[in-house]
Amino acid sequence: MNAPVLPGPLADNPRLDRWVTFPAPGKVAVGTGRVELGQGVLTAMAQIAADELGVAMECITIRSGDTEFTPNEGYTAGSQSIQFGGVAMRQACADVRGLFIEQAAKVLGCAANELGIRDGVILRNGAPAGQDYWTLAGAVDLATKATGSGKLKAVADFTSIGQSSARLDLPAKIFGEHAFIHDMALDGMVHARVVRQPNRGAAIETVDEQAIMRAAKAPVEFVRNGNFLAIVGNDENAVDAAALAASNQVTWKNVEKPTPLQQEAAWLVQRPSEDRIIGPAEPADAQGRERFEATYTKPHIAHASISPSCGLSLYKDGQLTVWTHCQGVFPLRASLARALKLDASKIIVRHVQGAGCYGHNGADDAAADAAIIAMKMPGKPVRVRWRREEEFIYEPKQPAMTVKVRALVDADGKPSDWTAEIWSGNHNGRPGGGNSLLAEEALPDYTPLPPANEVPEANGGGATRNAEPLYDIAQKRIVHHLVRETPVRVSSLRGLGAMTNIFALECALDELAERAGRDPVTYRLSITSDPRARAVIEKAAAMANWDANAPSGTGSGRGIAFARYKNRAGYAAVVVELEVEETIRLRHVWCAADAGLVVNPDGAINQLEGGIIQSASWVLKEQVRFDNGVSSFDWETYPVLKFSEVPKIDIELVNTKDETPLGVGEATAGPTAAAIGNAVSHAFGARIRDLPMTRERIMATLLKE
Amino acid sequence: MTQEFEFTVDGRPVSVVLDNEETPLLNVLRNNLGVMGTRFGCGLDQCGCCMVLIDGAPEKSCSKPVWSVAGKTVTTVEGLGTAERPYPLQQAFIDEQAGQCGYCLAGILISAKALLDRNPQPTRSEIAQALDGNICRCGAHNRIMRAIEKAAAQMRANAGVRQ
Repeated sequence: MNAPVLPGPLADNPRLDRWVTFPAPGKVAVGTGRVELGQGVLTAMAQIAADELGVAMECITIRSGDTEFTPNEGYTAGSQSIQFGGVAMRQACADVRGLFIEQAAKVLGCAANELGIRDGVILRNGAPAGQDYWTLAGAVDLATKATGSGKLKAVADFTSIGQSSARLDLPAKIFGEHAFIHDMALDGMVHARVVRQPNRGAAIETVDEQAIMRAAKAPVEFVRNGNFLAIVGNDENAVDAAALAASNQVTWKNVEKPTPLQQEAAWLVQRPSEDRIIGPAEPADAQGRERFEATYTKPHIAHASISPSCGLSLYKDGQLTVWTHCQGVFPLRASLARALKLDASKIIVRHVQGAGCYGHNGADDAAADAAIIAMKMPGKPVRVRWRREEEFIYEPKQPAMTVKVRALVDADGKPSDWTAEIWSGNHNGRPGGGNSLLAEEALPDYTPLPPANEVPEANGGGATRNAEPLYDIAQKRIVHHLVRETPVRVSSLRGLGAMTNIFALECALDELAERAGRDPVTYRLSITSDPRARAVIEKAAAMANWDANAPSGTGSGRGIAFARYKNRAGYAAVVVELEVEETIRLRHVWCAADAGLVVNPDGAINQLEGGIIQSASWVLKEQVRFDNGVSSFDWETYPVLKFSEVPKIDIELVNTKDETPLGVGEATAGPTAAAIGNAVSHAFGARIRDLPMTRERIMATLLKE
Repeated sequence: MTQEFEFTVDGRPVSVVLDNEETPLLNVLRNNLGVMGTRFGCGLDQCGCCMVLIDGAPEKSCSKPVWSVAGKTVTTVEGLGTAERPYPLQQAFIDEQAGQCGYCLAGILISAKALLDRNPQPTRSEIAQALDGNICRCGAHNRIMRAIEKAAAQMRANAGVRQ
């Protein structure tokens, strides 16, 4: 007999009571390893649980990302929460429902197939049978393993999935209630700021404690452990003032600073790298085909969360509790155990919401700061909140990337051989993957860990993500140069390499279409056989009333681009309309997306829209600059898209009743970037291949032409 | 030197005793008065997370010294409405699901209130201009602007103003 295959997260966390319990009459507690990052995932999980269990949404409370109580689902990242975590939640709930039906059949002395559940009540042949989840809960042992035998409901029977349920977490944020980790105020809590080690290997020379205490104007104390130095006090103003003063009153040796040269992606190409080829060898000669080659670059970019990271910690009776807004509480626990030399069983990590992070920002590191200080102050809750400039300077950046596209083009103008050659730092800088927590590097006995592997292609790849075109091209390969030595710490940011690779690939495709004298939409369709890809391209073009004969070089233009995120998650096609003068003004964006089964359509649209705007911001404005260190340290030196710069956006979802959900959170960033690139070329009559497309770049391109 | 500062927060008279008269209003709200709805974003007057109304005018509170609000009236997002009695802007933000992470919303709601107080029927571009001092990093801008338009219409209807 073949046992059903459990969805991955459920196989990893088979105990059903980690997923669902019935704590009190009328109440259902649902646990998920996925955490709320502003993407609405907890609402979607509640919808899934409501449908599969057969209970009202209002009954459900959700516990998420807690090493004590919830499933371990690794990181909440990569647009995988619904595609994998949601599918696991659904099966766990179906198994639970199955166990209760079985028990009800026993109690009622009837066959299980006569029974159903609605609003938590057992129905026999459609009529209430006098039992419900809560009357039966005592007799059903959920401390048991999932079997995968619970039958999933049919899509047609969903009442909650597929509805745009209002987000459960938004009201607290709109009414100004305690909603964020920053709002936690534990009894006896002290505030702390860290005097950051400028770089790994830098050592404290002198600390003028007197001068710092004078600046504080209220009592503060110092917590020192090797080159880790923190300022702690009851008064947050005092620790802030002291931290500000410390930038002049603490001197360091072995300081290394990134240089302006290193801020450009072109720098990478000169560096030593670990090289590999994915796919067939490159043909020795063009075999009569026309050669195309173009190079695209993207600098380091920042997560730039709207709130600086925050962490709280309490060390009491040998037990360390850490509150964090990081994306993975279990991996953080493992990293903390290693850094603090504490058994993981003595550490509880609980997720509390922060601002949107879009990847690996300072959250884990702020939690580690708090934990290191808490270990030195047993019994005292410690709150560390990073300063704005601390977040900008020390958060891990998305590595700069250079992508060279080479194609061989047949007589019909279509590519038959494609190479994406990529130079990039490692997109996997997350703790737990062989990387250290920031403060760990300052501790006295720090030993560097072996370098972490880049995200494997089996998980979508890191620098190589979406480098392979989904199009019908006979031979495709990726040449990957992993550049280990980066000028700043680098790690995961929304979509990893996808945005840059899709920018390169989809801009190159437009360049090929132009050479072939073909319209970009029909050219793409002529090399696309995946029907779902065709559907979104056609839909986006229709939404925008795409005109194949629109003249170019008029100052206003349109561009289209397409991608299926990771070549296996959501499909999106984006059309951008813009104007180019001294700067680029986005006017209108149309997007068609296929996310398969959509749990919450408005939530999916919100994510797609957010991806469009964030990508537009990256493409038009964002670059982490180096000048005597990281010189992008606030919102003036790292500007992002403003309200008055945001275009009108129209989004349509197609194919929403498919059985399988596909992740969408990162689906639009790549197509948006490339559609902007293509629209600029159309408007301007010249192509900009280097990001960001700032006023300086536009002027430089004009002069070159 | 210890000093006492008296002002009004969300309709409630408050008095705080502080050693440092330069303490930012935001820190006083959050740490001394427990009014946590107003968020810290940068401490540099740049992002607008900490926006409050001071005598009706929108101001960033993160570097506003507390002495400067003595005797004045401070309105935070918590003073607009509650889940039970939402202010029209708050209701419209819920109706439009205007937000992602929501960290910027407290400040944006205040900027929006200040705008509608002086201009009950703003155009989309006037709304955008009024919010350029607020940063939203998640990309909820269009929902937010839609919600403000909707609230403005509702508030005009409530006031019996002919549209």
